This record gives sequence, structure tokens and C-alpha cells, in this order.
Amino acid sequence: MNQYPIWKYLLIFIILAVGAVYALPNLYGENPALQITSTRGFALPADLTTNIEDALVVEKISFSSAEQQGNHLLYRFKNTEDQIKAADVVRKALGDQYVVALNLAHSTPEFLRKLGGKPMTLGLDLQGGVHFLMQVDMDTARSQQLDRYVDDIRAVLRDNGIRYISVRHEGNGLLAMLRSAEDRARTLELLRTDQSLQGLDVSELPAGENFGIAATVQEKQLQELQQTALKQNITTLRNRVNELGVAEPIIQQQGADRVVVQLPGVQDTVEAKKIIGATATLEYRAVDESNDAFTASQTGRVPPESRMYTDDNGNPILLKKRLIVSGDQLIGASASFDQQTGQPSVSVTLDGVGSKRMLDFTRDNVGNRMAVVYIEQKPNGTKIEDVISVAVVREPFGKRFQTTGLDSIQEASQLSLLLRAGALAAPMEIVEERTVGPSLGKDNVDQGFNAVLIGFALVMVLMAVYYRVFGMVANLALLTNVVMLVSLLSMLGATLTMPGIAGIVLTIGMAVDANVLIFERIREELRNGNTPQASIRAGYEKAFSTIADANITTLIAAFVLFLFGTGPIKGFAVTLSLGIVTSMFTAIMGTRAVVNLIYGGRKRVVKLSV
Amino acid sequence: MKLLKDKLNLDFMKFGNAAVIMSVVLSILSIVSLSTRGLNFGLDFTGGSLIEVSYPSVPSIADVRSNLALAGMQDAVVQTFGTASDIVVRIPPRSEEESNADISTLVLTALQQGVEGEITVRRVEFVGPQVGDDLTEQGILAVLYSLVGIFIYVMFRFQWRFSVGAVVATIHDVIMCMGFVSLFQVEFDLTVVAAILAVIGYSLNDTIVVFDRIRENFPRMLKSQPHNVVNASINQTLARTLMMSLTTLLTLGALYVFGGQIIHAFAFTLIVGVVVGTYSSIYVASTILLYLGVSKRDLLKVEKEGATAVDVRS
Repeated sequence: MNQYPIWKYLLIFIILAVGAVYALPNLYGENPALQITSTRGFALPADLTTNIEDALVVEKISFSSAEQQGNHLLYRFKNTEDQIKAADVVRKALGDQYVVALNLAHSTPEFLRKLGGKPMTLGLDLQGGVHFLMQVDMDTARSQQLDRYVDDIRAVLRDNGIRYISVRHEGNGLLAMLRSAEDRARTLELLRTDQSLQGLDVSELPAGENFGIAATVQEKQLQELQQTALKQNITTLRNRVNELGVAEPIIQQQGADRVVVQLPGVQDTVEAKKIIGATATLEYRAVDESNDAFTASQTGRVPPESRMYTDDNGNPILLKKRLIVSGDQLIGASASFDQQTGQPSVSVTLDGVGSKRMLDFTRDNVGNRMAVVYIEQKPNGTKIEDVISVAVVREPFGKRFQTTGLDSIQEASQLSLLLRAGALAAPMEIVEERTVGPSLGKDNVDQGFNAVLIGFALVMVLMAVYYRVFGMVANLALLTNVVMLVSLLSMLGATLTMPGIAGIVLTIGMAVDANVLIFERIREELRNGNTPQASIRAGYEKAFSTIADANITTLIAAFVLFLFGTGPIKGFAVTLSLGIVTSMFTAIMGTRAVVNLIYGGRKRVVKLSV
Repeated sequence: MKLLKDKLNLDFMKFGNAAVIMSVVLSILSIVSLSTRGLNFGLDFTGGSLIEVSYPSVPSIADVRSNLALAGMQDAVVQTFGTASDIVVRIPPRSEEESNADISTLVLTALQQGVEGEITVRRVEFVGPQVGDDLTEQGILAVLYSLVGIFIYVMFRFQWRFSVGAVVATIHDVIMCMGFVSLFQVEFDLTVVAAILAVIGYSLNDTIVVFDRIRENFPRMLKSQPHNVVNASINQTLARTLMMSLTTLLTLGALYVFGGQIIHAFAFTLIVGVVVGTYSSIYVASTILLYLGVSKRDLLKVEKEGATAVDVRS
């Protein structure tokens, strides 16, 4: 007789039930919501909710629920009108310590969320938003790192009282020229042992007029530094995106030197590009007090240790090449008014290394001037360098200080935003942009679901007409297959894209294949004069190896697709592979169970409806 | 309901030579079309910008063009997309000095000019030239690696003659699909690449089902010629092959008709692929198997060296 043992029925039932539960969240809609996070990722204080709720009560805006999810607060509203009004109110109430982002929160009921149930996220092509692919300019990153080595070597030599002729980088190597053989020997020793100079291969240059040392940075060290630069860029981008107030952004490394930035729901790409693409940083440099800038600009003779800049009044100014502190040593910045003059200012906080260097400099230079240079790297490679302020050092300072000389409080807050968001460790360029407007997204969803439904209906009608009772069983398997596929995609946190929907449609077409193979086998066995029960058993058994072979070859193709594909193609490959796996389960075990329940228990089956 | 008579026995392999000639001719045509007409490469490969906007009322294409030309974009291609009020503007990649990323902003400003009411941005796509080269390389590698993977798997599960048959049939299908895409100048973008890779999977699926039957039939039909074994196997799996193609074509047809313009190229390529794949699993793969001289010896289990006596027994 064709009967499964009880445990097998139970197993199938449990798998289907679990699948159904995790597919369920997709049936619930979404609520307009506000997502509130701290700007610097700090934990949210306990009284924050009272502040927000008080502000909302004053403006008579009602919210439907409030909850804390991880490190952010989520307020749901009845409609988008309330949501947008509330966003303004909350932003005003909280100031720039918090990011208030508009969001669509899924309204999965509490009990499902406790089980970890969540709906599939819609891809950018379905919900609208911006996608950027950014490429890091590794050549520039490399030369910046070599520059930094040059600075560090100079600092080490100065600290040890060695006078050098020059230290510079040439190609991929570093060159140091010294005055005596003794200095060279000491320098060689220092380059090999100093803590701040790691990963250098050093050698003496053949004897000449000067005593030279050649050094190359080890390839491994350079690559590590580049990886670090990329990681730092990703962190910086994340900070900037947070400043933009986007809910659930995606920022990921792709390949060796690319970063993907996806901002769901963002429509103003110009603003987004401005913030993401800006590579602004600050440099603090000493003013060269011993030479006159005007003479230098007239004669064109700039002292070797200085560089010519133009200040904001258009006058030339000489700044020392030696950097005091740069933007990556900055850990905080906020816009405020200077207490003495009432001018707009940015107060800056430095990290440990930065504050030590600042203190060293200011202690020796009270009464001298210090300049702040604002550097912005444009996407096309040009560089803007503005001296935004020149101020006299009145007293030694380190960790905290103020930068003044800004025109307006707007400029101060824009600058503090860029400083807070941090400098990019290496310049980046947008190499791909895709924006999908909300109307196109909605059309894609509608058309995609229509296509799935119609394709589904057509296949089901064909199966029911062609294989009658067995066809209906196959249709049941097809439905459960879609439920299982959706639940797996939801559990994996997969993103549903248009190619993903195409993958689902294709899986429907292919999922019936297993059943077609089995049913054709059963028909064949019946034609050969076997009894109905034996035909069912033989049909399932003989079709199995065919189904397995056929599906494994398709899985190989899908796997390669996954390895080589990016973005949308990956999505297609994932749905296709998962669909093959779930269809094996529903089309073989699932239908067998149902067929067994229908025919297996009967003593005499005269005819199969296949 | 049945599509075919029971105990069907059509002599498919009688047309084997004719099929090979047809396949060769069609493959040559495909290659000729690919080398003369070429592929209509989409933005994903060429780089450049594409902006799709929806106008509040039907705009005049000539006005749109002149507005863009005034903004310095004489090389812009303007087309309607789907409906008459939807416009797509394509702009070839710019040289290094100009900023590619800012083009969309310029275009949108130009498009808005002289229009009452606000235009809605449907999508903006910008692909830098570096990205396209990488994609071509990835696509070719993906096809090659999947062929290698399949060759190895089939050799392991069947025998090398089957591997050759399956891989040649697959290459045949890929060439045909590309040929049709080139002939009809369907825009060749990432989704078409995905479709071609899906065709590889689909066509193999079909081929493997026929091969599986051949493997099963050889030990059963020891007295028959390989020609007859292959023929019988194709006949026995024909109902399934047709049913499978039909269900897949139904879903793909739904995708083509109702899935919207974005998915057209994808659905078109797959429809071609399913038709060609069905034909190739019957004719190309099996004919090659016979050409290579497949025999029962290839499929009977050989216990140890010299133990070929198994097939003498009957």
C-alpha cells in the first residue's frame, strides 16, 4: 500500500506550517513612521520619548504607536500627512543631536515579530530610491599614504635631532638625503625600529655627493592601508547618510575598490550626491611668519618649507608645509556662536594624537598665527583649497577649541556637518547611479504581481485539465511552493527586486516540471499494465533520479550566476535556486503525501485520475 | 486529457542530418547577424546616462530635443517609452573632464523648460565606462564557468559523450538566443544576460531528462541499435518535454504581456531560449550523442578492467 509513516506526514505538516507563519508578515501592509536615531550612534536617553511625545501633544498630532527597536525609536502614524507634520515638530524639538528619518514601517503583528517574522524588503526598483556605485581612486590613496610616510619620517628625524637635506617620495619609493655617514647610519636604524614607521624595506644608496637612503613600503602594508582607507570611507559614507536622515540605507563594499550606497525612498538625488560626493576636510597649518607673503608672490620665490595660499580676502598667505592636524584626527564638531565676539563658529574636538600635536604646536607658538584650510575634492579631480580662517594663537590648547571666521551660522552648520561626517580617506567617484521614482516603483510592483498571478492561473488551469485529480494535487504543491519560497526569502532577509519576481515566475514554470515527469511516468506504468498502486510507487521512484539530475544542473547554472552576478542578477539567482529547492520538496514529498492520502488507503483502486 | 497518442513512435532521428544542417545554417546566420548588425548594447554595457520622465501632458518630441540641444546635449537620443507622455532621454558617456554624475541634473532642468506643471522623474540611470567593461568580462566568465561545471557534472553522472552533447547543445542555444537578440535588435542589458544564463539552466534540464531516459533504456533494449534506443527515449519523454515547454511558455508569455516594458527584453530572450532549448534537447544533444558513437558499452557498469563480458551475455 502507498502510505507514509505518520512521522513523515507530521514532518511535512510542520515544515509547511513554519513556512506559512514566516510567509505571513508579507500580507500585512506598511505604516508611515518616523525613525529617530542619535547622530553619533549613542544610546538613546530614557527621557527622549517624553520630549517627543510632549512636542507632538502640543501640536495635536496623534501617533498610533511608539516602540524602541535596537538603537532607534519608531513612531507610527495613521497617514503620511501626520507623519510629515510630526517630522518637522520632532526635528525642531530634538535639535541636531538626533536624526529624524521618514520611514515606512511594516505593520507585522507583535506575535509574528516575536518569532522573528518580517516581510521581504522591496528593492529600490520596486519602492523607489537611489543607488550609487562609488569607486575609490586607489592611485591617489597610494600616493597619499606615501606622503604620510614622508611626513612621519621627517617628524622622526626632527624628534631625534637629525638634520636632513630632503625627504620625498618618488614613484613607489621614498628617498631621504642626509648630510653625513653617521647621520645616515642613525637614520637607517631609526627607520627600521621606530614604532610609527612600520612596513618599510630600507637600503643605502650607492655613495654619491649626498648620503642617501632608499625605502620602499612593503606591498602587504600598502594593501592593508588601502583596505583601511576603504573601510574608513565606508564609515564616513555611513555617517553622512545618517546625516541625510535616510531610513534603512545600505552601504557595502563591492569588489576590491568599490562601495555600493543604496538610499531607499530618497528622491532628491542632487542633495544626496552633494553630501555623499563631497570630500571635504580641514587642515590646520602654521603661518610662515619669517617670510613675507607679498614679496614671495611678486618674485615667485616661495621658501621650500612653505606653500602659497590665498586667503578669503584674495590676499596671498604663506603656510608651512608641515601639517599640524588634519581632518581624520577630528572626532567632533558643532556649530555655535563665539562667546566673546558673537561670530558664528565651529567648535572642534580632536582625538588623542591630534590633541597632543596641537598642544605641542600651540605651546611653542603663542602669539603666532595658525590657519585653517578647507579642502574639497571635486568628483572630476579638481581640488578646492580655501583658507577659511587665520587666527592668532592666544594660549596653548589641545583637545577642544573653536574655529571662527565663518560668514554665517548656515555656513558654520554646513561645515560642522561635513566635519562631523568625517573626511574620506581616499577620493571616490560615482561610477554608477540608478534612481527609481516612486511612480515607476509602484508600476513595477503592480505589473510584476499581475504577471505572477496570471502566469500562475494559466499553468494551474492547464495542469487541472491535463492531469485532473493529480493535476489538482500538483496545483496545491505549486501554491505551497510559492508560500515556501516567500517564507524562505523573508527569513533570509532577501530583497525582492524585479528580476527576483522574474525568478519566481520562472520557478513556477519549472516547479511543475517535477510533477509532469512523475505523472507521465505513472501514465506509462499504467499503460504497461501495472496496477494503479504499483504505478504510483514506480512513477515516483523512477522519476526521482531524473528530477534530481535535471535540477542539479540548473542549480549549477544558478550558482555560477550568483558568483559572477552583481545586484539584480544575484537576486534572480537566489530566487531561482531557492525555488528549485522548495519545488523539490513540495513537488515530490508534498504531492506524494496528498496522493497517498487520496489513493493509498483504499483497498481496491480501479482507475487513477491522471 | 492527452496531447499525444499512447505508444508513440516517431522516427525523430531520421531527420537527424536535416536537423544538423538546419542548426548549422541558423548558427551561421546568428553569427553573421552578431558580427554585422551586432548587439544593441544597453546602458549597462556602453555607459552613459538614461533619464525617464513622465510629462503631465503629451510633449512635443521636437521641443524636447531642441531644449536639450540648447543645454549643450546635441547627442541626446529622445524616445517615447510605453505611453506618449513618457519620455526616455539617452546620453552617451562623456569624456573624463566633464562630470558624468551631474548630467542628470542638467537634463532634468532642460526637460522642465516650457512645461506647465511638474514633470515626474521615473528613473535615472548613470553608468560609468569602467563598469561596462567589468560586466562584459563577468558575463563571459559566467557562461564559461557554468559550461565547465555542467560538463564535469554530466561526465560524472553519465559519460563524456553525454557531456559533449549537453555542452554543444547549450552553446547552440546561447548562440541562437544571441542571434535573435541581435536580429531583432533587442536591447542587450543585464537582464538579457540573466535570461541567457537561465536558458542555459532550462535547456540543460530538458537535455538531461532525455539523456536520463537514454541511460535507462540502453540496458533494457540490449538488442536494439543505438539509433532506436535514442528514438524510443525521445518518444517516451516527448509528452513531458512538450508539457514543460508549454507551462514555461505560459508563464513567460504572462511576463512578456503583463510584466511591463522593463522586463520585455528578459521575457523575449527566455521565450526564444525555451523554444530553441526544446528543439536542441531533442535534436542537437541526441544527434551528437549518435555521431560520437554512443553504445551500450558506455552505460553498462564495468566491474573491473576487462569485464566487458557483461554485454556478451545477452
